[in-house]
Amino acid sequence: MSARRIFARPARLAAIAPYLWMVLFFLVPFGFVLKISLSQTAIAQPPYTPVFDFTAGRAALAAAFAQLSFDNFRLLLQDNLYILSYLRSLVVAVTSTLILLLIGYPIAYGMARLPQRWQGVAMMLVIVPFWTSFLIRIYAWINILQHDGLLNQILLALHIVSAPVVWLSTDSAMYLGIVYSYLPFMILPLYATLSKMDASLLEAAGDLGASPLQAFWLVTFPLSLPGVGAGALLCFIPIVGEFVIPDLLAGSNSLMIGQTLWLEFFTNKDWPVASAAAVALLLLLVPPLVLYDRLQRRQLEAGR
Amino acid sequence: MPLLRIEGVAKSFGNFRAVDKLSLDIRAGEFFALLGPSGCGKTTLLRMLAGFETPDEGRILLGGSDIAQVLPHERPVNMMFQNYALFPHLSVRDNIAFGLRRAGMARGEIATRVAEMVALVKLEGLEKRRPDQLSGGQRQRVALARSLARRPQVLLLDEPLAALDKKLRESTQGELMELQRRLGMTFIIVTHDQEEAMTMAGRIGVMDAGRLVQVATPRNLYEAPASRWIAEFVGDINLFNGQVAARDHGRLTVSTSDAGTLAVSELWPPVTKEVVSVAIRPEKVKLSRRAPASDAGGSQTINRLEGVVTDVNYLGGVTSYRVKLETGAVVRSSMANTARLDVDAYLAGQRVVAWFTADDCLVLEQ
Repeated sequence: MSARRIFARPARLAAIAPYLWMVLFFLVPFGFVLKISLSQTAIAQPPYTPVFDFTAGRAALAAAFAQLSFDNFRLLLQDNLYILSYLRSLVVAVTSTLILLLIGYPIAYGMARLPQRWQGVAMMLVIVPFWTSFLIRIYAWINILQHDGLLNQILLALHIVSAPVVWLSTDSAMYLGIVYSYLPFMILPLYATLSKMDASLLEAAGDLGASPLQAFWLVTFPLSLPGVGAGALLCFIPIVGEFVIPDLLAGSNSLMIGQTLWLEFFTNKDWPVASAAAVALLLLLVPPLVLYDRLQRRQLEAGR
Repeated sequence: MPLLRIEGVAKSFGNFRAVDKLSLDIRAGEFFALLGPSGCGKTTLLRMLAGFETPDEGRILLGGSDIAQVLPHERPVNMMFQNYALFPHLSVRDNIAFGLRRAGMARGEIATRVAEMVALVKLEGLEKRRPDQLSGGQRQRVALARSLARRPQVLLLDEPLAALDKKLRESTQGELMELQRRLGMTFIIVTHDQEEAMTMAGRIGVMDAGRLVQVATPRNLYEAPASRWIAEFVGDINLFNGQVAARDHGRLTVSTSDAGTLAVSELWPPVTKEVVSVAIRPEKVKLSRRAPASDAGGSQTINRLEGVVTDVNYLGGVTSYRVKLETGAVVRSSMANTARLDVDAYLAGQRVVAWFTADDCLVLEQ
């Protein structure tokens, strides 16, 4: 029996598994959301029409289909609340990702250069915060940042400020929360690429006349770009849709798209518009994902 | 004044003394090989010359000035790495130009020099390729071109051919020698392969446990090794332990337990100890069916050992034999297959006489 035969079956099954997962837990729910986004809001249970009734026969189903429209998407373009939310989400995500990169790169670089036995310890320290619930950690920040919180107490005690500073409900607090929460997602992929780097390349650069700083910019940094890309996307994409951190730490005068979505769903009970906003958000995130995939594929091809 | 003078250089890693108070002079234009088993400190010494390790003590004088503390990027020395260490994100051209750009050379000059280097290592047409699009041999050439591009005063080569297959290695050895001669540059190569060292280098420094145990031309290293360890490390050798029984005008008589009494010509400086080893290279041990007449060549004393052939290994150019003596000791002999139809080949089980002259023997302290 050929090797191909032996491996064919389980291999094929293993290949189907991720597709099955995607269909069940992504495509089907997305189908629901897409359908709701094309429906009209109604005071009913569920709060939209039409509801497909697969037992009512073909004609009724066709009539229900005919009622679907792009009105909600039109609304997204007309009311600048949505466009502003999208823009704010993008601005927040880009800014946060840049800050994360600036903080995360040196940490990952330092970790990769630690003696082998300390690297594991450093890795633990990066991961340890995950052992506490994310929500509790954000509440802890609220505690630290509030009017009579730890930060203001320290600043007052050190006479750096004379009156308590307003930290909570500002963009600074939100950025702090986002950067704090997402830092491990930036550090880990960066560390993975930097720790794989061949040390003899830096020696070669030095041997050929590059100062340590030049060697970093000419060799280490370009070779770590896949890690930079992975870390940036790993942070950027979830930050765009972030809801909890801006809701708890930022002010209420401008909303990120995640917050707008939440409002539409739970306060306005306008499921169709909320669904349309969700679909639009997804479409917005497709280009960076495709870009990432392309980059990775190029990397794989180069690696062969 | 030699181009490079290494003076009492030592380097330890923790408790391990990698290089132990080593001194060595290397002349300009020399092809020098550092040979030794793995862990002998040869690579550490090379890395100190390149600047990747700083000596704990001692001086490294290049053209008269001490460079022991100079950073790698400020040394007029380049290194070709064992794994080549090519920059994977740069093309062949950019890899070769890397060092020239750092030196602040003008753009036009860089282009000329790169073209010159590409031609030198015969890589024309591959300038735009990335290292991963090249074969092992081509990568080796890029690494060589890159390290030569800055025209260093000394080129250090760390096991440069270890990753190549045998045929390619042999042709590359020739090319390296030819290049070195043409450029008149000083090459220091580190290798664990004695054949490679002997083929290429004008002088070889043998290292063991952080020390330089002998510096000699390939011929002297092979024919007059300074110690028993070197004799065994470089090439094959038969060794018979014994005691000096008589000394007579540079001729020693050594009585051995394994091979009876042997006549040996004494080397300079003479051996002072009484307990010695007699060493004889296998290709100097001849076999014949009957004992050759005494003084076959006139003034030569001939040692004869009778025994039975136990193993015959035909290797193409030579055949190597193992002959078991009556004492149970084994003598190895290798004889060139000078004729295609060799009527003189010996078979396992055959009784033979293994013989060699007193001049072909070495006497070494144990």
